[in-house]
Amino acid sequence: MNIHEYQAKAILDKFGVPTPRAEVASTPAEAKEIASRIGGRVVVKAQVHAGGRGKAGGVKLVDSPAMAEEVTASLLGTRLVTKQTGAAGVPIEKVMIAEALDIKDELYISIVVDGDIGAPVVMASTEGGMDIEEVAESTPEKIFRVAGDPLIGLTTYRARDIALALGVPDKSVRATTKLITDLYQVFVENDCSLVEINPLVITEDDQVFALDVKINLEDDALFRHPELAGLRDSNQQDPLEQRADKAGLAYVKLDGGRVGCMVNGAGLAMATMDITKAAGADPANFLDIGGSADQARIEEAFKIIVDDTDVEIILINLFAGIARSDVVAQGIVSAAKETKTAVPMVVAMRGTNAAEGIQILADSGLNITGVPDLAGAAVVLKAKLLELGGSN
Amino acid sequence: MAILVGSDTRLLIQGLGRDGSFQANRTRAYGTNMVAAVHPGRDGQKFEDEVPYFSTVAKAVEETGANTGLIFVPAPFAMDAIIEQVDAGLELVVCVTEGVPVLDMVKVMAYIKDKPTRLIGSNCPGVLSPASKAKVGIIPGNIVQPGNVGVVSRSGTLTYEAIAQLVQYGMGQSTCVGIGGDPVHGTTFTDVLELFQADDETEAIVLIGEIGGIREQLAADYIKQHVTKPVVAAIAGNSAPAGKRMGHAGAIITGKAALASEKNKALAEAGVHVVESPTLIGAKMKEVLGS
Repeated sequence: MNIHEYQAKAILDKFGVPTPRAEVASTPAEAKEIASRIGGRVVVKAQVHAGGRGKAGGVKLVDSPAMAEEVTASLLGTRLVTKQTGAAGVPIEKVMIAEALDIKDELYISIVVDGDIGAPVVMASTEGGMDIEEVAESTPEKIFRVAGDPLIGLTTYRARDIALALGVPDKSVRATTKLITDLYQVFVENDCSLVEINPLVITEDDQVFALDVKINLEDDALFRHPELAGLRDSNQQDPLEQRADKAGLAYVKLDGGRVGCMVNGAGLAMATMDITKAAGADPANFLDIGGSADQARIEEAFKIIVDDTDVEIILINLFAGIARSDVVAQGIVSAAKETKTAVPMVVAMRGTNAAEGIQILADSGLNITGVPDLAGAAVVLKAKLLELGGSN
Repeated sequence: MAILVGSDTRLLIQGLGRDGSFQANRTRAYGTNMVAAVHPGRDGQKFEDEVPYFSTVAKAVEETGANTGLIFVPAPFAMDAIIEQVDAGLELVVCVTEGVPVLDMVKVMAYIKDKPTRLIGSNCPGVLSPASKAKVGIIPGNIVQPGNVGVVSRSGTLTYEAIAQLVQYGMGQSTCVGIGGDPVHGTTFTDVLELFQADDETEAIVLIGEIGGIREQLAADYIKQHVTKPVVAAIAGNSAPAGKRMGHAGAIITGKAALASEKNKALAEAGVHVVESPTLIGAKMKEVLGS
């Protein structure tokens, strides 16, 4: 789950990680008031769940409270389009007004779990403010990686190793070391999937600050952090993804596709997207209905696909292990009748109670072409797409 | 002789709620020797009037000689269940539970590192050996047939798809192993490849990977050095966008190595028969074994 920068900053504050003085504003008047309280130059930062804000015009340095008010007025209520959002962009409903610092050096720190090592890993680089993927690609020698111990955590000497590798001024080593160990605590104690400080800055007077922070929380661990679960901002999500989240479905809307995919199992769902693409059309979504989906969840899954106006044909691929084909079929029929959809469906159904499921679909009178397997689905899909005409 | 499970499997199942009970019945119907059930508060009762319930895994192992554990408990309690089964000395533990927090699995893997127990999962369909009618997990028993192809996969249902294709082309399986879709998991591709390479019953191997991580590349390195049996591989997620989690916690493109194309390349360079489409797994294996 993504959270906003101002929410992430509040978590850092709680763990003693130094950040510039900043407050969040929902109106231009609030922005002005905060700016005058902070004094001097401030930065106005659009609060959205997307990177690339600066280049998209969502971060602006201003000299006075009046300008803070003006810039805030121009941002609030608009949608910000960055390289990480779709063409529709994401709504700006809040801005953060932050103290502007005199910066001497910009560094990079992040923490993620490395699945192949099986531990949280701190990644650091002297190339602050840059896209870390690009740094990893072009100058991998500028990235340092230090793993924490799953049971002990990140020991101070290892954090100091990172500070020294980053070449921070002698006077800043102690503060940087503490910041890194505190960040590690932030990561572990909040079940984060990402903590990223980009940039971490050293000021002209050798102080250390987390200037920009991004925190992603692990969805699977939110059950033990109810206070963090409340930070969810659904307005930042695609409306269909929002509905899928509520229904407990793994769904990702894909730009530009016209084949709605409904599948059980993540691997098979990806494989189904792959054969869709091979058949000459882009998938409109990834959707895994999960193993033990009940009928209500199946119905909502189907409705989400039908309500996606990009969808011209639906490919349903079910290989029932935990799931039961008859339950899925009942859900599809009931949702299709309720929505009165005329979108054609290609359906492959195998596994537990598959015969019953296929019978239910055949008896439904809906526009359904049954196929025996994945290869059959690819062939029929290709033919149907030709019938429909058009292109991606 | 197959791998991991067989006629000497004495199965303990922990977590017999709605789904767990449904699967336990299917496991028994398939022919697996289920000797114990563990569920809090049911001590002294019997599952389906036949298999004794115990409140703790240790007691169940002591009384029944169970050697293999299967976990269906809900995600918040899965770490505890795995540790309990490891502490009770089970040889093989399969955790089907989906949605176990990553940092729980990080702790589990650190804890079991020097223990004799082998863990498969979490978030996996488990293991099935058709010839000995032994199934520890949720792979449907009615889609497999005995034979000589070993199957190893990060996916659940895509594994079933591969099995169905093998059967369609007349090829049975020695053992099918779903290692699971979580970024931090027990038994890896490399571990299973080592077992298949040493297994007399396995003549060829199907490997099904997906986007995310570098485990397919590690498997490719291992195959290059140690595997002489033919391997057919398919990688799911060619059409997946970067940075978005595709259902499985581990299925996310976070860098170049996580791409399907990179994994295909590494496997092809290791001499693996990589299929372009997941619909071609059965046909390719037929071609490889037929020649």
